[in-house]
Amino acid sequence: MSLHAEISSPGATAHLKRTPLHALHVGLGARLAPFAGYEMPIQFRNGILKEHLHTRASAGLFDVSHMGQLALYPCEDMANAARALEALMPVDLLELPEGRQRYGFFTNEVGGILDDFMITNRGDHWLLVVNASRKEADAAYLRDAVAGRCTVAALADRALLALQGPRAEQVLSSLAPQLAVMRFLEVRTALLHGVNSVISRSGYTGEDGFEISVPAQAAESLAQDLLQHAEVAPVGLGARDSLRLETGLCLYGADIDASTTPVEAGLTWAIPNCRRAGGPRGGGFPGADTILRQLTQGTPRKRVGLRSEERVPVRAGSRLYADASSDTAIGSVTSGTFGPSVNAPIAMAYVESAAAALGTKLFAEVRGKRVPVRVSELPFVTTHYKRS
Amino acid sequence: MSAVLRFTKDHEWLRCEGEAATIGITPYAQEQLGDLVYVELPRAGSELKKGAAAAVVESVKAASDVYAPLTGEITEVNEQLASEPGLVNSDPMGKGWLFKIRIADPSELEALMDEAAYEALVG
Repeated sequence: MSLHAEISSPGATAHLKRTPLHALHVGLGARLAPFAGYEMPIQFRNGILKEHLHTRASAGLFDVSHMGQLALYPCEDMANAARALEALMPVDLLELPEGRQRYGFFTNEVGGILDDFMITNRGDHWLLVVNASRKEADAAYLRDAVAGRCTVAALADRALLALQGPRAEQVLSSLAPQLAVMRFLEVRTALLHGVNSVISRSGYTGEDGFEISVPAQAAESLAQDLLQHAEVAPVGLGARDSLRLETGLCLYGADIDASTTPVEAGLTWAIPNCRRAGGPRGGGFPGADTILRQLTQGTPRKRVGLRSEERVPVRAGSRLYADASSDTAIGSVTSGTFGPSVNAPIAMAYVESAAAALGTKLFAEVRGKRVPVRVSELPFVTTHYKRS
Repeated sequence: MSAVLRFTKDHEWLRCEGEAATIGITPYAQEQLGDLVYVELPRAGSELKKGAAAAVVESVKAASDVYAPLTGEITEVNEQLASEPGLVNSDPMGKGWLFKIRIADPSELEALMDEAAYEALVG
């Protein structure tokens, strides 16, 4: 893209949706851009590098209200609803306790991924947080697929904030001290400013932190309050992307989609034994034949992490080669940037499995030049989840 | 001979002294791009036509092409940017210059903007 095109303000934005925090973003000097049909803050005044590093060092506040919050209310009971949902995903819901969440994905008939999400047992309903770009499609799919077993409600009147970083616990527990004892992937209800909030100890940054679902009309005052803390700075989607990439987390539509299977994508950790071949509820989800076969036999290609040995960022779409001169690509990059905490270019890519071993030297094509890269361990940074 | 400062609508500045032009991106451009993490520069000695891709400036988010604002030979590039791309942010019209061109066709300068016209463009 030309410099001119890159920095031109986006054209008409009237068709874009806004989150309940839009006015706050504008007041904080956000640079706004279209994302998944929303006008979203890409960065604030500090800029992506500082926002990224601030999240790792202190606490960042993200508006992720564009994401879909879907509540599934059982027609009979939670177990019956869980069985209906397990038919759509290779996840263990029957044994997911109340107040806990898991990572999961809807699969299609060829084993591809329709969307990935966090799913929570809320006691009297199942709660999914899904990608913004997929939320309408997911709701329509669920309404059809679990008809008669669950009713599906899109919680469009709720905002979602993420408070992420080593100071997140200290800041949030100043509003609700009981939240300090929460563990990674635990979900609770609490009153924040007298407003009924659903809080999960999770995120998309690799840091400890929380995602906070609040009624839309309460979102701005909560955000303002959190931003009053010296530890907290507003962080845009630009740093959210570099933080998740350093953590090796997939972005739907970039690193995973309907044409990539969870096995190719290295998401097998999310498929429990009870849903695998020979397990008590093995299979029984779309594409199970393909996915269960790949679990034992492997796949022709795999998602890998790449580090560059030079300073030039290797970005999505860059083709990968086994050597400096061959004409046949053996893979391509799906996400890539300069990792501010790693202080080097990092990327994720799909490569032929023969080239996927850690340490394998490959070449990425960047503007016609071959840049040496090496297959590297994911995540690129140490995660700091509060597991115990 | 005193230097003449000119600008392009692509947010480049040119400091022209005789047949030599030093080129960089404007304070407005660097602010809009955010922190640069990589700058790719042309080879000294290469000949560029006006409008040809000359350099690439990369932020965390994206890579942006910088086009040659004039036809001519690249006489020098700012080697310091290889290790310190942030100079483009901290001093865009000083230590953050990108490259120098020996101007082949002085008439190309006539199409460029003066500072007042550029300021009016970026508001």
